[in-house]
Amino acid sequence: MKGRDYSRGEFLRVLLGAGVVLPALGGCTMSTTPQQGGQEGSGERELNLYNWSDYVAEKTIPRFEKRFGVKVTQDFYASNEELLAKLQAGGTGYDVIVPSDYMVQIMAKSEVIQPLDRGKIPNFKNVGENFRGLPYDPENRYSVPYQWGTTGILYNRKEIGEVDSWDAMWNPEFKGKIAMLNDVRETIGAALMRLGYSINSTDPDELAEAEESLKEQKPLLRGYFASTEVRPAVQNGDLLLGHVFSGDAFLAMAENEELSYAIPKPGATRWTDNMAIPVGAPHVDLAHEFINYILEPKVGAELSNYTYYNTPNEAALPMIDEELRRLPGYTPSQEVFGRLQVIEDVGEATRRYERIFTEVKSA
Amino acid sequence: MGLAGLLAPAALWLGLFFLAPLLLILAYSFGTSGVYGGITLGFNPSNYLKVLDPLYLEIVVRTLVIAVANTLLCLLIGYPLAYFIAFRGGRWKSTLILLVMIPFWTSLLLRAYAWVVILSGNGLANRALQFLGLTEEPLNLIFTTKAVMMGMVYSYLPFMILPLYAALEKFDVRLKEAAQDLGAGRWSTFWRVTFPLSMPGVIAGSILVFIPSAGEFVIPNLLGGARTVMMGNLIQQQFLNARDWAFGSALAVMLAALLLAAILFYVRRVGAERLEGV
Repeated sequence: MKGRDYSRGEFLRVLLGAGVVLPALGGCTMSTTPQQGGQEGSGERELNLYNWSDYVAEKTIPRFEKRFGVKVTQDFYASNEELLAKLQAGGTGYDVIVPSDYMVQIMAKSEVIQPLDRGKIPNFKNVGENFRGLPYDPENRYSVPYQWGTTGILYNRKEIGEVDSWDAMWNPEFKGKIAMLNDVRETIGAALMRLGYSINSTDPDELAEAEESLKEQKPLLRGYFASTEVRPAVQNGDLLLGHVFSGDAFLAMAENEELSYAIPKPGATRWTDNMAIPVGAPHVDLAHEFINYILEPKVGAELSNYTYYNTPNEAALPMIDEELRRLPGYTPSQEVFGRLQVIEDVGEATRRYERIFTEVKSA
Repeated sequence: MGLAGLLAPAALWLGLFFLAPLLLILAYSFGTSGVYGGITLGFNPSNYLKVLDPLYLEIVVRTLVIAVANTLLCLLIGYPLAYFIAFRGGRWKSTLILLVMIPFWTSLLLRAYAWVVILSGNGLANRALQFLGLTEEPLNLIFTTKAVMMGMVYSYLPFMILPLYAALEKFDVRLKEAAQDLGAGRWSTFWRVTFPLSMPGVIAGSILVFIPSAGEFVIPNLLGGARTVMMGNLIQQQFLNARDWAFGSALAVMLAALLLAAILFYVRRVGAERLEGV
């Protein structure tokens, strides 16, 4: 038999056949496509909400829809950066977005959000003193607080006793049972605060120290995860200590009494998510109505009772569920408040932070 | 309608959705990123120089190693399976191939999460090992590079099996019989007749596994505990977190160039061997 090579035709056929069929069957995409459902200025009562996933109570939106005769379309994102990237890539069509503190700063600077008409938001009077005029938006020109919380340590009190400082997350005794957040600012921030520095430090020496510290910690970690992934792991005993957002911590504590939440010394973050209106929003009036609606006491309480985060709404406080209020750490004392830091935009240094995190993760 | 008319829709599609975005990324890679994202176009080659940083080079190398390892493992596992279905499948051939394809129809994300369940501390794998008395303590399987490899091989196996099956299925069994009549043993027949003739399938399968593996970021993220950083993760981070679109684009262009070079090299090499006096 003469050595007949495969012909080019055969080769191409096989490649094409498989190459066409397979991607069609099993494409792997992880993007969320924005639903641009708003009809520009046609008078249709519609509202497009772009929010964190699982951040609204079940009845909140339907009640708004019924009372105001509006159809609300929701879309979700998982990080501030994703939100910004979407808007910058031309994702118009959203009326209300929910950026975190430092992102409000960035968006205001990049003119991605528009100033609010405070006259249309009379319920702003319900916002507590501690949550007005925060550094990222000193006159609440662009944003109004939605929910706030802290980031700390969820741990198994029964197994390891009381924890009150970041050192626990660097303790070799718990090797393999610790998890940190896959969040540049929070994790580098934890290292910075543990060393006594500001979470918004741009000092190269301080950052270098934080980097070293994180590299030392890495072998002790299970990995870097989202808060929602850490929670079940600590809840079912897979992990002993997890870096989490407060809402996830309280959700876990409500299910498992062996767990506790620590707002670590010497410093931890408190963050505030806010409602804002992007430039070019198609339904600006309705957006203001929605924001005002969220600031009603009953609605504010309903939100917190669902998400287990804290409400900035002073008037809503009495309506928070008893079992939530009783969870230790839910209402930080003034003393604890004193050592909470707020994440701010670090401008140019953002790249440095990113690089450090990549270095640590690849180490 | 002439040839041009027939080609027009495909050309338009490819041009719009394939070529245009590629050119855009190429343009971005020479631009300068704004501090808050966004990009100013221009001629700024520094983004490519950034890639030469040892930190990033390490990631490039790791990516290629994992992609090659994935391809080899898929070949080692997939070839016997495809061979078995093609030659011993009989009337079960279609059913078996269907079974290979079915997991493929589920979301990749769900399948990756399934691995988290299987490999975790008190997941199926560990419980089985302990039940069989092979281990005492739960093994640390999940969130390691091992877990990433397992997830990748599992996800990409159909990409390898189907082209192999397509090539083997067309194989003329009489060639095997002829070889054996001429005195070749089973192993010899395989290596000198069957395998060489299945090369189109091997090459197609390897390319289909290698290229997407190199760009993978979902599996290292979910199964590696975000600790196995591959080029896909790096590019994703540049666009979504660091807001450095120019650098991200440069990385993407480099990835594409590397893959192209690797494929050309591979096909040339295999092609050249084929021609050397078989």
